[in-house]
Amino acid sequence: MRQEPVDYIARTREQYSVLGYPVYSWVENPAAPPFARPERPPSEWKVGLVASGGIYALGQPAFHFKDDLSFRAIATDAVVADLRVTHFAYDLTDAREDPNVVLPLDTLRRLASAGEIGALGPNAYTFMGGIYSARKVREVLAPSIADHLENDEVDVALMVPV
Amino acid sequence: MGLIAREVEARGIPTVSLSSALSITASVNPPRGVYTDYPLGRTAGKPNDPASQDAILRAAIAQLAEATVPGEIRSLDLRWCENDDWKDGVMRPKSPAGQAEDDRAERTDVPQYQFEADRQAVEPNCPTCLVPGAA
Repeated sequence: MRQEPVDYIARTREQYSVLGYPVYSWVENPAAPPFARPERPPSEWKVGLVASGGIYALGQPAFHFKDDLSFRAIATDAVVADLRVTHFAYDLTDAREDPNVVLPLDTLRRLASAGEIGALGPNAYTFMGGIYSARKVREVLAPSIADHLENDEVDVALMVPV
Repeated sequence: MGLIAREVEARGIPTVSLSSALSITASVNPPRGVYTDYPLGRTAGKPNDPASQDAILRAAIAQLAEATVPGEIRSLDLRWCENDDWKDGVMRPKSPAGQAEDDRAERTDVPQYQFEADRQAVEPNCPTCLVPGAA
């Protein structure tokens, strides 16, 4: 039977209530988001990639599970077999089986080869997520990732949470 | 991630956010989204299934190229499997009479490697490890 999308906010609220945890406040941004439109067609885009989900590459240190605000640059020509995934909050089975499900490097390379997008930026940027302080994400992590995307001169960016 | 998308977009770089958690994405309200009705941890497709991976990214590209309304989340007609029974157990007790439990790993500030060998492979000074605020 077809079911509605899982309401993770409601389920978290139920679970926290039963476990006696304090109520978790999700970020709410009722005001319209900033909005910029691409100036050129997809076949001319240099595409940036940002992913949470705790992906690191062999040779890099892993993330930790307690509000890790660091991030990693992973070259977009990296071999997917050299990617690793670690996280405290989601089922890692499929991400470890095929890291493209959380960091779609092969997918983007296929689409670039087919001419559906122009190219990838030099690096993907990955971080842990699960950072409790929205203020730190907004004021510390977000501007730093945005700086790197600007330096890479990407035309658009694909954001992949888990 | 939606907070980062909003910051990147505010710099003039258009973004599209994938999502498999519709209520959370709608609340954070990124500039554009593509929703896939999969269990968390497969936002960009099924493992070893290029068809599902390509379908999601093609939809994201189209959403980036075409969306004219800030905050629009497009729902894709993709299913994880033939029935939606997997949804019943998400964040719920494993049996109807069971206790609620928190099955997340302990929060620790020690790096958590997938393989022990990864720890030995870490390169000194790691130029690709980035810390916000560091020069």
